Amino acid sequence: MKAIVNVYLKEGVLDPQGKAVHHALGALGFSSVENVRVGKQIVLDLKAESMHEAEKEVEKMCETLLANTVIEDYSIEIVQ
Amino acid sequence: MRIVIPQFPGTNCEFDTRYAFEHLGHDVQIVWHEDETVPADTDLIVVPGGFSYGDYLRSGAIARFSPIMKAIKAYADNGGYVLGICNGFQILLESHMLPGAMKRNENLHFVSKHQYLKVENSNNRFLRKCKTGEILNIPIAHAEGNYFIEKEGLARLYDNGQVLLTYCDENGNPDNPNGSVDNIAGICNEKRNVFGLMPHPERAIETVLGSNDGVRMLEGFLS
Repeated sequence: MKAIVNVYLKEGVLDPQGKAVHHALGALGFSSVENVRVGKQIVLDLKAESMHEAEKEVEKMCETLLANTVIEDYSIEIVQ
Repeated sequence: MRIVIPQFPGTNCEFDTRYAFEHLGHDVQIVWHEDETVPADTDLIVVPGGFSYGDYLRSGAIARFSPIMKAIKAYADNGGYVLGICNGFQILLESHMLPGAMKRNENLHFVSKHQYLKVENSNNRFLRKCKTGEILNIPIAHAEGNYFIEKEGLARLYDNGQVLLTYCDENGNPDNPNGSVDNIAGICNEKRNVFGLMPHPERAIETVLGSNDGVRMLEGFLS
Protein backbone atom coordinates (compact mmCIF):
# COMPACT_ATOMS: atom_id res chain seq x y z
CA MET A 1 0.00 0.00 0.00
CA LYS A 2 1.10 3.57 -0.66
CA ALA A 3 0.36 6.66 1.33
CA ILE A 4 0.74 10.06 -0.28
CA VAL A 5 1.09 12.83 2.28
CA ASN A 6 0.92 16.48 1.25
CA VAL A 7 2.13 19.06 3.73
CA TYR A 8 1.41 22.77 3.30
CA LEU A 9 1.67 25.86 5.44
CA LYS A 10 -1.74 26.62 6.96
CA GLU A 11 -4.06 29.12 5.28
CA GLY A 12 -3.31 32.48 6.82
CA VAL A 13 0.35 31.62 7.45
CA LEU A 14 2.34 33.61 4.89
CA ASP A 15 4.24 31.22 2.58
CA PRO A 16 7.55 32.87 1.54
CA GLN A 17 8.29 30.25 -1.14
CA GLY A 18 4.79 30.51 -2.60
CA LYS A 19 5.12 34.28 -2.71
CA ALA A 20 8.48 34.08 -4.53
CA VAL A 21 7.13 31.58 -7.08
CA HIS A 22 4.05 33.75 -7.61
CA HIS A 23 6.27 36.75 -8.23
CA ALA A 24 8.47 34.80 -10.68
CA LEU A 25 5.43 33.52 -12.61
CA GLY A 26 4.15 37.08 -12.87
CA ALA A 27 7.53 38.24 -14.20
CA LEU A 28 7.34 35.52 -16.87
CA GLY A 29 3.99 36.82 -18.05
CA PHE A 30 1.70 34.29 -16.34
CA SER A 31 -0.66 36.96 -15.13
CA SER A 32 -3.60 34.63 -14.44
CA VAL A 33 -2.11 33.29 -11.19
CA GLU A 34 -3.88 34.63 -8.12
CA ASN A 35 -2.07 32.73 -5.37
CA VAL A 36 0.68 30.10 -5.01
CA ARG A 37 1.31 27.73 -2.11
CA VAL A 38 4.45 25.58 -2.10
CA GLY A 39 4.31 22.41 -0.05
CA LYS A 40 6.01 19.05 0.10
CA GLN A 41 4.91 15.57 -0.76
CA ILE A 42 6.00 12.53 1.21
CA VAL A 43 5.32 9.12 -0.34
CA LEU A 44 5.33 6.10 1.96
CA ASP A 45 5.25 2.44 1.02
CA LEU A 46 3.71 0.56 3.89
CA LYS A 47 2.25 -2.70 5.07
CA ALA A 48 -1.24 -2.51 6.51
CA GLU A 49 -4.30 -4.74 6.95
CA SER A 50 -6.70 -2.20 5.51
CA MET A 51 -6.78 1.26 3.99
CA HIS A 52 -8.51 2.52 7.10
CA GLU A 53 -5.76 1.16 9.34
CA ALA A 54 -3.09 2.62 7.06
CA GLU A 55 -4.72 6.01 7.16
CA LYS A 56 -4.91 5.95 10.96
CA GLU A 57 -1.23 5.01 11.20
CA VAL A 58 -0.11 7.71 8.74
CA GLU A 59 -2.19 10.28 10.57
CA LYS A 60 -0.20 9.46 13.72
CA MET A 61 3.05 9.86 11.73
CA CYS A 62 1.91 13.27 10.51
CA GLU A 63 1.02 14.46 13.99
CA THR A 64 4.31 13.17 15.43
CA LEU A 65 6.88 13.98 12.78
CA LEU A 66 5.85 14.60 9.18
CA ALA A 67 4.05 17.91 9.78
CA ASN A 68 4.54 20.66 12.33
CA THR A 69 0.90 21.34 13.12
CA VAL A 70 1.75 24.72 14.64
CA ILE A 71 2.16 26.05 11.09
CA GLU A 72 1.34 23.20 8.71
CA ASP A 73 -1.73 21.29 7.51
CA TYR A 74 -1.53 17.89 5.88
CA SER A 75 -3.64 15.64 3.71
CA ILE A 76 -3.36 11.86 3.37
CA GLU A 77 -4.25 9.77 0.35
CA ILE A 78 -4.00 5.98 0.58
CA VAL A 79 -3.67 4.02 -2.67
CA GLN A 80 -3.52 0.25 -3.14
CA MET B 1 30.28 25.76 36.57
CA ARG B 2 29.59 22.90 34.22
CA ILE B 3 28.07 23.70 30.82
CA VAL B 4 26.89 20.79 28.68
CA ILE B 5 26.54 21.01 24.88
CA PRO B 6 24.74 18.25 22.96
CA GLN B 7 26.17 17.36 19.57
CA PHE B 8 23.99 15.99 16.76
CA PRO B 9 25.10 14.83 13.32
CA GLY B 10 25.33 18.14 11.45
CA THR B 11 25.89 20.38 14.47
CA ASN B 12 28.66 22.86 13.68
CA CYS B 13 28.66 25.50 16.44
CA GLU B 14 29.54 23.22 19.36
CA PHE B 15 33.23 24.15 19.38
CA ASP B 16 32.60 27.92 19.10
CA THR B 17 30.15 27.59 21.98
CA ARG B 18 32.65 25.59 24.03
CA TYR B 19 35.35 28.18 23.26
CA ALA B 20 33.09 31.00 24.43
CA PHE B 21 32.28 29.41 27.80
CA GLU B 22 35.86 28.28 28.37
CA HIS B 23 36.95 31.84 27.54
CA LEU B 24 34.66 32.93 30.38
CA GLY B 25 36.39 30.43 32.67
CA HIS B 26 33.97 27.53 32.86
CA ASP B 27 34.03 23.78 32.28
CA VAL B 28 32.36 22.56 29.14
CA GLN B 29 31.41 19.04 28.19
CA ILE B 30 30.17 18.08 24.73
CA VAL B 31 27.79 15.11 24.82
CA TRP B 32 26.69 12.88 21.94
CA HIS B 33 23.07 12.82 20.77
CA GLU B 34 22.76 9.12 21.56
CA ASP B 35 23.50 9.68 25.25
CA GLU B 36 20.45 9.07 27.37
CA THR B 37 21.39 11.20 30.36
CA VAL B 38 22.99 14.57 31.03
CA PRO B 39 25.90 14.68 33.53
CA ALA B 40 24.67 14.96 37.13
CA ASP B 41 26.51 18.22 37.88
CA THR B 42 25.19 20.13 34.84
CA ASP B 43 24.46 23.83 35.53
CA LEU B 44 23.42 24.83 32.02
CA ILE B 45 22.66 23.05 28.74
CA VAL B 46 23.33 24.94 25.52
CA VAL B 47 21.81 23.42 22.38
CA PRO B 48 24.15 24.78 19.71
CA GLY B 49 23.73 25.97 16.12
CA GLY B 50 24.31 24.07 12.92
CA PHE B 51 22.29 21.81 10.68
CA SER B 52 21.29 18.85 12.83
CA TYR B 53 20.33 15.91 10.61
CA GLY B 54 20.93 18.12 7.56
CA ASP B 55 17.80 20.16 8.37
CA TYR B 56 15.88 17.35 6.64
CA LEU B 57 12.08 17.61 6.75
CA ARG B 58 12.22 20.79 8.92
CA SER B 59 15.04 22.35 10.93
CA GLY B 60 15.22 20.54 14.27
CA ALA B 61 12.41 18.10 13.44
CA ILE B 62 14.53 14.96 13.63
CA ALA B 63 16.93 16.05 16.39
CA ARG B 64 13.88 16.40 18.59
CA PHE B 65 13.55 12.61 18.79
CA SER B 66 17.17 11.83 19.71
CA PRO B 67 17.78 10.24 23.13
CA ILE B 68 19.65 13.27 24.51
CA MET B 69 16.64 15.52 23.85
CA LYS B 70 14.50 13.38 26.14
CA ALA B 71 17.10 13.87 28.87
CA ILE B 72 17.27 17.62 28.15
CA LYS B 73 13.50 17.91 28.36
CA ALA B 74 13.50 16.12 31.71
CA TYR B 75 16.32 18.41 32.89
CA ALA B 76 14.27 21.49 31.93
CA ASP B 77 11.10 20.05 33.49
CA ASN B 78 13.08 19.87 36.75
CA GLY B 79 13.88 23.58 36.49
CA GLY B 80 17.31 23.28 34.83
CA TYR B 81 18.46 26.09 32.53
CA VAL B 82 18.48 25.40 28.78
CA LEU B 83 19.58 27.82 26.06
CA GLY B 84 19.03 27.11 22.34
CA ILE B 85 21.04 29.11 19.81
CA CYS B 86 19.96 29.20 16.14
CA ASN B 87 19.44 25.52 15.19
CA GLY B 88 19.26 24.89 18.95
CA PHE B 89 16.32 27.32 19.12
CA GLN B 90 14.68 25.49 16.20
CA ILE B 91 15.13 22.17 18.02
CA LEU B 92 13.54 23.57 21.20
CA LEU B 93 10.56 24.81 19.14
CA GLU B 94 10.12 21.43 17.44
CA SER B 95 10.37 19.79 20.89
CA HIS B 96 7.56 22.08 22.14
CA MET B 97 9.88 23.26 24.92
CA LEU B 98 9.25 26.75 23.51
CA PRO B 99 6.05 27.93 21.76
CA GLY B 100 5.77 28.74 18.03
CA ALA B 101 7.58 27.52 14.91
CA MET B 102 10.14 28.63 12.33
CA LYS B 103 9.52 29.28 8.63
CA ARG B 104 11.91 30.03 5.78
CA ASN B 105 13.19 33.61 5.82
CA GLU B 106 10.77 35.91 4.04
CA ASN B 107 13.28 36.70 1.28
CA LEU B 108 14.31 32.99 1.09
CA HIS B 109 17.97 33.96 1.52
CA PHE B 110 20.47 32.62 4.01
CA VAL B 111 21.18 35.80 5.98
CA SER B 112 24.64 36.05 7.56
CA LYS B 113 25.62 39.41 9.07
CA HIS B 114 25.92 41.44 12.24
CA GLN B 115 22.49 42.45 13.50
CA TYR B 116 21.37 44.87 16.21
CA LEU B 117 18.98 43.51 18.80
CA LYS B 118 16.86 45.25 21.38
CA VAL B 119 16.57 43.75 24.86
CA GLU B 120 12.81 43.67 25.48
CA ASN B 121 12.96 42.09 28.91
CA SER B 122 16.05 41.63 31.08
CA ASN B 123 14.14 40.27 34.06
CA ASN B 124 15.36 36.72 33.50
CA ARG B 125 18.46 34.63 34.08
CA PHE B 126 19.68 34.90 30.47
CA LEU B 127 19.60 38.70 30.04
CA ARG B 128 20.00 39.83 33.65
CA LYS B 129 23.41 41.42 32.87
CA CYS B 130 21.76 43.56 30.17
CA LYS B 131 19.28 46.43 30.56
CA THR B 132 15.76 46.44 29.13
CA GLY B 133 15.85 48.70 26.06
CA GLU B 134 19.57 48.19 25.53
CA ILE B 135 20.83 47.63 21.95
CA LEU B 136 23.25 44.74 21.34
CA ASN B 137 25.26 43.85 18.25
CA ILE B 138 25.26 40.08 17.61
CA PRO B 139 25.79 38.06 14.40
CA ILE B 140 22.96 36.13 12.77
CA ALA B 141 23.38 33.29 10.24
CA HIS B 142 20.26 31.39 9.24
CA ALA B 143 17.80 30.55 6.46
CA GLU B 144 14.90 29.63 8.74
CA GLY B 145 14.56 32.35 11.34
CA ASN B 146 11.12 33.58 10.38
CA TYR B 147 9.49 33.03 13.76
CA PHE B 148 5.75 32.41 13.70
CA ILE B 149 3.21 32.08 16.46
CA GLU B 150 -0.56 32.44 16.16
CA LYS B 151 -2.31 35.52 17.63
CA GLU B 152 -3.35 34.04 20.96
CA GLY B 153 0.10 32.56 21.52
CA LEU B 154 1.72 35.91 20.75
CA ALA B 155 -0.56 37.66 23.23
CA ARG B 156 0.44 35.10 25.88
CA LEU B 157 4.13 35.74 25.16
CA TYR B 158 3.62 39.45 25.80
CA ASP B 159 1.42 38.92 28.86
CA ASN B 160 4.11 36.76 30.48
CA GLY B 161 7.10 38.87 29.39
CA GLN B 162 8.46 36.04 27.25
CA VAL B 163 9.53 38.21 24.29
CA LEU B 164 13.18 38.82 25.18
CA LEU B 165 14.90 40.12 22.04
CA THR B 166 13.76 41.83 18.84
CA TYR B 167 15.64 42.77 15.65
CA CYS B 168 16.34 46.49 15.26
CA ASP B 169 18.78 49.00 13.75
CA GLU B 170 21.50 50.74 15.77
CA ASN B 171 18.99 53.35 16.99
CA GLY B 172 16.53 50.73 18.17
CA ASN B 173 14.06 51.09 15.30
CA PRO B 174 12.59 47.82 14.03
CA ASP B 175 14.77 46.22 11.34
CA ASN B 176 13.64 42.76 10.41
CA PRO B 177 16.07 40.47 8.53
CA ASN B 178 13.80 37.43 8.14
CA GLY B 179 10.10 38.33 8.43
CA SER B 180 9.62 37.05 11.98
CA VAL B 181 6.42 38.06 13.70
CA ASP B 182 6.84 41.39 15.59
CA ASN B 183 10.59 41.27 14.78
CA ILE B 184 11.07 38.59 17.43
CA ALA B 185 14.63 37.26 17.72
CA GLY B 186 14.48 35.48 21.09
CA ILE B 187 11.95 34.18 23.61
CA CYS B 188 11.72 32.08 26.76
CA ASN B 189 9.19 29.65 28.19
CA GLU B 190 6.64 30.58 30.83
CA LYS B 191 8.82 29.27 33.69
CA ARG B 192 11.78 31.32 32.37
CA ASN B 193 14.27 28.51 32.42
CA VAL B 194 14.25 27.62 28.69
CA PHE B 195 15.55 30.25 26.27
CA GLY B 196 15.91 30.39 22.50
CA LEU B 197 17.33 32.92 20.09
CA MET B 198 18.40 32.95 16.43
CA PRO B 199 21.45 35.26 16.85
CA HIS B 200 24.80 33.81 17.93
CA PRO B 201 26.09 35.35 21.18
CA GLU B 202 28.98 32.84 21.19
CA ARG B 203 30.31 34.57 18.04
CA ALA B 204 30.38 37.98 19.75
CA ILE B 205 32.75 37.54 22.67
CA GLU B 206 35.84 39.41 21.46
CA THR B 207 35.98 42.94 20.01
CA VAL B 208 38.51 41.78 17.42
CA LEU B 209 35.63 39.83 15.85
CA GLY B 210 33.36 42.87 15.73
CA SER B 211 31.56 42.78 19.08
CA ASN B 212 31.76 41.40 22.58
CA ASP B 213 28.13 42.04 23.45
CA GLY B 214 27.60 38.27 23.58
CA VAL B 215 29.65 38.06 26.78
CA ARG B 216 26.96 39.79 28.83
CA MET B 217 24.34 37.42 27.46
CA LEU B 218 26.26 34.23 28.23
CA GLU B 219 27.46 35.55 31.59
CA GLY B 220 23.87 35.88 32.79
CA PHE B 221 23.81 32.13 33.31
CA LEU B 222 27.08 32.03 35.19
CA SER B 223 27.38 32.57 38.91
